[in-house]
Amino acid sequence: MIPYWMCFALFLVGLYGVITRRNLVKIAISLSIMEVSTFLFFALMGYIEGGKFPIVDPAEPGQLYVDPLPQALVLTAIVIGLATTSLLMAVIIRIYRKYKTFDIREIRNLRG
Amino acid sequence: MELALTIITGFMVIGAIYAIHAKDLLSAVIACGIVGYGLVICFLLLKAPDLAIVQIVVDTMSLIIMVTVVLNTSREEPYYGLDSRGRTLAVAALALIIALLYYFVISTGHLDAFGESHLRMSEAYMNGAAEKTGSANLVTGVVFDFRGYDTLGEATVLVTAVLGVIAILRLKGKK
Repeated sequence: MIPYWMCFALFLVGLYGVITRRNLVKIAISLSIMEVSTFLFFALMGYIEGGKFPIVDPAEPGQLYVDPLPQALVLTAIVIGLATTSLLMAVIIRIYRKYKTFDIREIRNLRG
Repeated sequence: MELALTIITGFMVIGAIYAIHAKDLLSAVIACGIVGYGLVICFLLLKAPDLAIVQIVVDTMSLIIMVTVVLNTSREEPYYGLDSRGRTLAVAALALIIALLYYFVISTGHLDAFGESHLRMSEAYMNGAAEKTGSANLVTGVVFDFRGYDTLGEATVLVTAVLGVIAILRLKGKK
């Protein structure tokens, strides 16, 4: 059960960062930490002790494999995560060019 | 196995805590890289080679993007004292964390123990998947054959994100 707990701790660290940090880059980093913890959770759920890589070997029928379905779902999610990060970073760099700061409270004050 | 996984996830948690408290944004981004590359090793330990390959490429790319952003803007994060609003947010975050912890403890009762996961719907995917899809790798069989439309949607999302990045970065800001 300990890997599940560590995975949940990672999620909580990311959540704490998203809520309390004032720097936009730090918030983006915290979001990607939360993402990583969900990927890890899916991979942990599909693991079977003694299972092999999910690549079928015709020479050994009846072999125990780890669950390929969570892995397929995470494969999609990882690539979407890259798309999210790059879009977020593009928005952040535009905000910096306009307001010359990463501090979200200062940006709110500058907007009036 | 469980011990190795615990040690690596422990490093990831330490890296994450350092990343959100670092004074220098560049070291925060590098510490975020610890989390990503630690995930690669976790995937290898969890018998997921496809995920490890994809994650190592994706993590390198996102690290490059983040480092570029930080180097082109400002690196240092000024120290903000803990004012009343910051304290309220920290208390709110801790309250939310305690509430989530309560639900997590409840839900662990419904999870399979680590390493003893039962195959539920994936049995339907796995029975004769190699013959049905012609791919020895079950993960690629699921991604590109059984869930092919899902993958097409993913590619659409990726194209949309690229178009969004181009649109945002080409925009001329109002002076």
